[in-house]
Amino acid sequence: MSKFKKKKKGMPAVNTASLPDIVFMLLFFFMVTTTMRETDLRIEAPKLPSATEIKKLEHKSLVCTIYVGKSKDVSKHGSGFNRIQLNDKIASADQVPAFIINARSKVSEAEVPFMTTSIKADKESSVGTITDIRLKLRDVNALKVSYSTQKGAE
Amino acid sequence: MARRENPEINAGSMADIAFLLLIFFLVTTTMNVDSGVSKKLSEKPPADYVPPVIKEKNIFEVNINRNNDLLVENEAMDIKDLKEAAIKFIDNGGGLGKPGEDGKPGKACDYCEGEKSESSSDHPNKAIISVQSDRGTEYGTYIQVQNELLRAYRVLRNKLCQKRYNISFTDLEAAFKDDKTNEELKKKIEAIRNAYPQIISDAEPTS
Repeated sequence: MSKFKKKKKGMPAVNTASLPDIVFMLLFFFMVTTTMRETDLRIEAPKLPSATEIKKLEHKSLVCTIYVGKSKDVSKHGSGFNRIQLNDKIASADQVPAFIINARSKVSEAEVPFMTTSIKADKESSVGTITDIRLKLRDVNALKVSYSTQKGAE
Repeated sequence: MARRENPEINAGSMADIAFLLLIFFLVTTTMNVDSGVSKKLSEKPPADYVPPVIKEKNIFEVNINRNNDLLVENEAMDIKDLKEAAIKFIDNGGGLGKPGEDGKPGKACDYCEGEKSESSSDHPNKAIISVQSDRGTEYGTYIQVQNELLRAYRVLRNKLCQKRYNISFTDLEAAFKDDKTNEELKKKIEAIRNAYPQIISDAEPTS
């Protein structure tokens, strides 16, 4: 028995020097894989209206986003709140069908009916612009629309 | 100088520092979940489409002008009163509902708690809310109006659901979300949705 006791006495401390490496690896993994935003905003970040009856948008890959708001480049596009951004460019409502059809070609046929268009428009935009977009969406049969809003208090 | 064996630097607290950083980033990173008022657009009508004739009393007209003022059923109204007015209109139940798809004549609304007035809507499934806005209306106001109307439906659905199944519609939907295969819940949700279908139409804006 005395033999065993002797061994236990000399137990060395666990070397924790590599622990930071592991944790840093985790940290870097999260930092690298986190993507903040896919598209650059050409308009100023829209101040979304708030609403209470909202639904979460599911299936991010099936959502295409249309931004409406004030252009960052006022000298080029004017200072109105009704500029439409598709992908990375300021566009007009006439280009919406092409944008939707392009987005459709990226998903499988079976998923097309579940595609949703999210409209992120500024509070101060006018309904006319939204209606123009809506009519164009109707032309290409993209009927599911979500008006992006903040969660507001009751 | 005495020669000393250099002591090892204690790296044990390094892990704490790294963890602190990791937790800081984990907490401060917000994945902004997109959420919004969802809407289904109507399909494009064919060229020779003749709109059906709808009785005036079954339409609840909401007008928003370019100064963001509301005109509801030809009377000016504050946005905070819109919900009550919409509830009163939808839940009126003054007549017979839409005939069923199998040709059966429509039934009177047996769950409505409204005034059963002659001059308001016949049945929730006939009650149409028409929102007419101006091209210059602010989008924020438009969404507010849509939101109030949806809230009116939510209130009515919750009330009916509470009466029939002893659970609010919001909770019922949440329960179904957790258990998507449950046919019984699905049937209940369908029943409530059919009792108060959301019929909100967007008229072409005036310019």
